Amino acid sequence: MATAVTEISTPESLANPPSQSVVVRFAGDSGDGMQLTGGQFTLSTALAGNDLATFPDFPAEIRAPQGTLFGVSAFQINFGSDEIDTAGDAPDVLVAMNPAALKTNVSALKLGGLIIADVGEFNERNLAKAKYDANPLEDGSLAKWQLVPINISQLTLEAVKPFGLGNKEALRCKNMWTLGLALWMFDRDRKPLVDWLNAKFAKKPELAEANIAALNAGHAYGETVEIGGQLRQSHVAPAPVSPGLYRTMTGAEAVAYGLVAGAQLAGLKMFFGGYPITPASSILHYLSGLKEYGVTTFQAEDEIAAIAAAIGASYAGSLGVTSSSGPGIALKTEAIGLAIMTELPLVIINSQRGGPSTGLPTKTEQSDLYQAVYGRNGDAPLPVIAARSPGDAFECAIEACRIATQYMTPVMLLTDGYIANAAEPWKVPDIVDYDPFPVSFLEEVPEGGFRPYARDNHLARPWVKPGTPGLMHRIGGIEKAQGTGNIDYSPANHQAMTDTRSNKVLGVNVPDQEVQLGEAGDTLAVVGWGSTFGPIHQAVRRARARGLKVAHVHVRHIWPTPANLGELLHSFGKVIVPEMNTGQFKTLLRDQFLVDARPLNKVSGQPFTIAEIEAAIAEHLA
Amino acid sequence: MNQITPIARATTPKDWETDQEVRWCPGCGDYAILKAVQRTMPEIGATPENTVFVSGIGCSSRFPYYMETYGFHTIHGRAPAVATGVKLANPDLDVWIITGDGDALSIGGNHTFHLIRRNLDCQVLLFNNEIYGLTKGQYSPTSAVGTRSPSTPYGSVDRPAQACAFALGAGARFVARAYDVSKDLSSVLKAAHGHRGTSFVEIFQNCIVYNADVFAGFTEKANAHHQLWLNNGEPMLFGSDKSGGVKGIALDRDRLELKVVDVVGGDWQAAGVLVHDVTNRSIAHMLVEMPFGPFPMALGVLYEDPSPTFEAAVMAQNASASEGKTPDLGKLLKKGQTWQVEKDGPSL
Ligand code: SF4
Repeated sequence: MATAVTEISTPESLANPPSQSVVVRFAGDSGDGMQLTGGQFTLSTALAGNDLATFPDFPAEIRAPQGTLFGVSAFQINFGSDEIDTAGDAPDVLVAMNPAALKTNVSALKLGGLIIADVGEFNERNLAKAKYDANPLEDGSLAKWQLVPINISQLTLEAVKPFGLGNKEALRCKNMWTLGLALWMFDRDRKPLVDWLNAKFAKKPELAEANIAALNAGHAYGETVEIGGQLRQSHVAPAPVSPGLYRTMTGAEAVAYGLVAGAQLAGLKMFFGGYPITPASSILHYLSGLKEYGVTTFQAEDEIAAIAAAIGASYAGSLGVTSSSGPGIALKTEAIGLAIMTELPLVIINSQRGGPSTGLPTKTEQSDLYQAVYGRNGDAPLPVIAARSPGDAFECAIEACRIATQYMTPVMLLTDGYIANAAEPWKVPDIVDYDPFPVSFLEEVPEGGFRPYARDNHLARPWVKPGTPGLMHRIGGIEKAQGTGNIDYSPANHQAMTDTRSNKVLGVNVPDQEVQLGEAGDTLAVVGWGSTFGPIHQAVRRARARGLKVAHVHVRHIWPTPANLGELLHSFGKVIVPEMNTGQFKTLLRDQFLVDARPLNKVSGQPFTIAEIEAAIAEHLA
Repeated sequence: MNQITPIARATTPKDWETDQEVRWCPGCGDYAILKAVQRTMPEIGATPENTVFVSGIGCSSRFPYYMETYGFHTIHGRAPAVATGVKLANPDLDVWIITGDGDALSIGGNHTFHLIRRNLDCQVLLFNNEIYGLTKGQYSPTSAVGTRSPSTPYGSVDRPAQACAFALGAGARFVARAYDVSKDLSSVLKAAHGHRGTSFVEIFQNCIVYNADVFAGFTEKANAHHQLWLNNGEPMLFGSDKSGGVKGIALDRDRLELKVVDVVGGDWQAAGVLVHDVTNRSIAHMLVEMPFGPFPMALGVLYEDPSPTFEAAVMAQNASASEGKTPDLGKLLKKGQTWQVEKDGPSL
């Protein structure tokens, strides 16, 4: 089967075992609709049965000045007939809608890769904005790649002429033309897209028709124009996935659905307090549309009010949830301490982004692990779990709800910008397969009297809803006496309460750590957490295919850690920990287990590539 | 107030006391307020289990520990936000917020503003003692210019905030004022409870340790003629013959501001004295801004004009958005474009 990968013989592609996968990157101005193009191409890819992973990469500015380097928006998709875990390292195909898009993306392109460039946009003005002295399409500087210049702008204008759109509106159809060409290149069905356009522009049929015409024109262009070898059609076979019903899923959506499922399994209504922040806002958006599931959403005046209201709702008997990204979590910190002190259930989601401070709002990073595990005043422990992929975020959200309600504690769920925005095919689970964990509120004075800080076998205190007769009580952030919960500053009591809070969290029932690839005792373990799962998994798989004894261990439960983790880590000859930070989990592992964990760090705002992890494996095994 | 179930049983003030030792300084105005609240609860037919007191941080915020109700002593400035979550999770609860000048107007100013603008149904009792008591006496956002304190040994230089003006500016639909030892505090509390929406009550409270007698200019018996008690439909009169004559508040129609006029022989109409109309927002703005000294201190219900409450709107939208929809998680997960993978590959 012909794919771009198998046809191109470059040293780099030869170094990797041949696989039936293709990486395509669409890059253009942020006004060019690249995210939409990418999203629709993703859907068609999923429908073609390929496994896939995507990486949307867009500027922080909403409408960055047109044609500028910092206004470039890109969408990368990796799809194939084999299991796909990452958005791919180097693209095989780059679609560049203008000079700035070419300049910022071409260096990532695989040697010999294909560039499709819209020559209509390579005019003097745009070249100057992209800081090109000469037109790269003409000066031979792209010789190591295959260049297919097409006047997409012109061809689009011609295709939509019959619909009488203004020049600006007509040019907006460029992305559909491009998508049409891409669909042809990979032998895709246009029908789902035509249906989608008809639905999207139901109120403006002329726009629907113009976009469909552009789509068809792009497709027809591929079919009829002879460009001689460079642009050709290929077909990537469906990936062998386990039978079932599938859909594409982003991490933000998965978190939202997982929370709804978690609240349902706990038998609770959910209260979600949020404040807009990139890249966490979409969770608020999704949940706002799910009121019939017993979800109340509250867009608060700030991050602090968002969590404080969620704590108030938990106090009143709902499952309180709040979500943010690093800077917002920092603001919530004092309130998290209150939830720890008052021992109320609360789920806190941190969609991490590049930091510190405002940092890189739209880029991904894993640098809030210290903040999650250690970042509060006082000895203030809480369980921390980390999702490794968009689909996994669904499971993790349910797990967070379970721990929060069973142990009367705030729980932090870590995702990141990559997981939140990226899409992957997701096998729709059957909700009846999940064990419910119904909450029982205390409704009557128990034998021996009511004590607001009595403990059950999880060391959890009773949850009493205001409105319950006979169980009135007062809670607060001041240290309280064991059992009664009355204000108590005495030394022995503070010692005992601090120990109890710590032991409660350490006692959270966490499944044993599994080895994702390889086995205990291997020469080298690559230990990851969160969204580095994909590149680590592929790199380890490739290393093992070459006969190397390398294992992949991916930790979901960051705190408390699985009981067997220390022993497992000590079984390996060497341990490396790739992270998109300067070594936070590495430090935690060293501290907890006195294991010689070695860091592999990347803080460029971009996910690891498989090649980077492979190189580290090679280095450590040398 | 709220739609709580009608009086389930009669209570007495004692039923509202906890077994906790009250830990305010002896002589603190907080004691009088606590007593007034405990006395008022039976009269308004409240039930302890349906009542929630939420507070922030400060001397006043210890209040919930002394009320035999549900109580939440939260963190500095955030009581309005916590209370919002409580009320949205269970609108049947009767929610009271206890806060102070530093808690509500300094660190929590943002939340106070948004609570009021949203009009959450609750009572806000702001104990204003014009000082930070719990942290040992620093000047507060309501302290008069020139207040000497540990952090302002040469006197404070910033202009004080006016709590009721702030509340009105935020869109409050109920604004009232009283002071700790006033015999009328209870009736103000009742009015606040009777109002649906955010009832904002500023209570001048004497901090006997760090800011003693700062309100004596109108709270002392001898100074009672500096109190202007507002009653809906009644003329704005204060003072007495004994105190040097009855006076009234009139409108200077040229300058569109209030003025003090003498009332001779009880003929307030002739003196142009205004009749208090609690729904008159413009006059309310003037009343809350009257400088004390040239003017008396306006007390009682200064403004009341109900409008729809936040939690009712949220509940109504939750209900209408859910109408005719069956929550089916299985279906939700399958929403959007899906494809079935059989043994031999996918199909639409
Ligand atoms: S410091 Fe002042 S406000 Fe605080 S309890 Fe003592 S007297 Fe009351």
